[in-house]
Amino acid sequence: MTFADILAILPQQLVFGITLGTAYGLIAIGYTMVYGVLFMINFAHGDVFMIGAYVGWALLGMLFASHVVPMHPMIVLPLLLVGAMVMTGAIGLLLERLAYRPLYQRGATRLGPLISAVGASIFLQNAVMLIAGAREKVYMTYSVFPRTWRFAVAGINVSVLVIVIASIALLMMLGLHWLVQRTWLGRSIRAVAEDREMAAVMGIDVWRVVALTFCIGSALGGAAGVLIGFYYTQINFYMGYAAGLKAFTAAVLGGIGNVRGAMLGGLILGIVESLAVTFINPAFKDVIAFVVLILVLMFRPGGILGEALPDWKRV
Amino acid sequence: MPAKWQRFSVPAIVALALAIPAVVPNAYQMGVITRICLYALLALGLNIVVGFAGLLDLGYVAFFGIGSYVYAFLASPHFGLHWPFLLALSASVVTTAIFGVLIGAPTLRLRGDYLAIVTLGFGEITYILLINLDRPINITGGPSGIVSIDPPSFLGITLRDNWQYYYLILALMGAAVALSRRLRDSRIGWAWQAIREDELAAQVMGINTVAAKLQAFAIGASFAGAGGALLASWQRSVFPDNFLFTESVNILAMVILGGVGSIPGVILGAALIVALPEIFRDFALYRLLAFGLLLMILMIFRPEGLLSFKGPPEEADPLEQVTAERQ
Repeated sequence: MTFADILAILPQQLVFGITLGTAYGLIAIGYTMVYGVLFMINFAHGDVFMIGAYVGWALLGMLFASHVVPMHPMIVLPLLLVGAMVMTGAIGLLLERLAYRPLYQRGATRLGPLISAVGASIFLQNAVMLIAGAREKVYMTYSVFPRTWRFAVAGINVSVLVIVIASIALLMMLGLHWLVQRTWLGRSIRAVAEDREMAAVMGIDVWRVVALTFCIGSALGGAAGVLIGFYYTQINFYMGYAAGLKAFTAAVLGGIGNVRGAMLGGLILGIVESLAVTFINPAFKDVIAFVVLILVLMFRPGGILGEALPDWKRV
Repeated sequence: MPAKWQRFSVPAIVALALAIPAVVPNAYQMGVITRICLYALLALGLNIVVGFAGLLDLGYVAFFGIGSYVYAFLASPHFGLHWPFLLALSASVVTTAIFGVLIGAPTLRLRGDYLAIVTLGFGEITYILLINLDRPINITGGPSGIVSIDPPSFLGITLRDNWQYYYLILALMGAAVALSRRLRDSRIGWAWQAIREDELAAQVMGINTVAAKLQAFAIGASFAGAGGALLASWQRSVFPDNFLFTESVNILAMVILGGVGSIPGVILGAALIVALPEIFRDFALYRLLAFGLLLMILMIFRPEGLLSFKGPPEEADPLEQVTAERQ
């Protein structure tokens, strides 16, 4: 590959990378928020994302078959996103209530919740496999976003789909940023993350805030599931595993507990991955994220923007 | 268990284990029992890392895989090497111990849950490398693995029958049990337990925590190396799919189910995790579903495992005694 070839492919790959990166960022927010308030890695978050993709797929199939609404993105996309977010938000609430809260209330160690989360992850994957079948599902992306909806900017081929995915993800992240920084709920979340006991003393219903954090993080993960479904057009019941690990990497890369860090980490990881696929070897696609993660943890364990954790949690 | 029984329990268990091939009716059941012993060996190794030293390793299967492939490289037509069994086995053990140090060294300074994710990453990298290192030079044989591996042979006897493998694997498992016990009650074992309970306090007491953790990683990995060599020589072939993430989870579940840190518990865990799916073969589809559920339920109701490890009998805290007397 000559230098000119590389220059020719580079912008195109950057577009793919940014699109993928915004979706990773959206999933990463779920990890980072939960880590902030509970100090645990919600290992099942990747599977919540996968369920979002499946709910979107099922709704899309129903809409397509029913002929009730025209297959226009302005109508289809909001319906799918809302459906997936409601479902995954509810699953997030259930997970928190059934799999994690009882552990903390019984005085869990650090390992307990993580293992419970691994159990939840296995459970969700197999539940989806049993309900929907083990075969890959195909998103009818092109019935909503026709293949002809693309344009060229300065020699780069950009499809409307890519723009829509990146803008929805960015809008959601900005919305969340506003929520965390400017609203009463956001203030409570930050207070609980800072010091759970002190927050309780100040009259915050800590477990309600934790539950809402799970709900919001899971709903964003579900939305990312729909977006990734449209992007890759194929989904399967074990997709949450790799995606979840990458998103967690993104969260650590940006600085865990830090919402802006999650967005930045997602973008960097998306770009690095799409460049690696082109210039190194597609087979090593999933290795790249881990190599990045290991390097970050070795040389800058706090992430790029620094951890947004109170001192006592840094250990 | 009353003390007077304890004296007889070890010989009784050993006699029972030795008698198994005589009473088990068919080769299939013998195979399952042998697998239990093999996985017990692996779980004992992971128990050193997770149970004794309290380091969560989610990529333990990487060492199992490396051990298998090292044995396969050294004792198969793949590279035309046919090392004697014991030599190839030792090479597997040493190589995995070295990998344990290599993987441990950069990561052991990390916080517990970061360590978990990084080890998981190493497990995944190992699997992807095993699948993809068949081009441009064929090292691992890619997805089709390495076949016609030499069976174990020493003292002029080549093992062919299931019961022979059973005794071989049982012997190594027994060695693993003995080694685990000795390690647990040794200086390094105390250091691990101190780190598990409170790393900062352990450091203050003069324990070189990084060295102790590295030793846990290396010794734990070497158990998996032995297990891997046994798997390769028993199965006579190795494939990357033997070393998926689910295997890591299975082995971890054995450790946790039985009781983290408890040696009989870990063996019980291995027996349950290997045997239950065989018993419930007809419900194979629901197996993992139930397994996930079980992990969650267990963590809620019995976070210490079925046979939890109780450290050395604690001496009463003098301060507590004083307060108790005053009341």
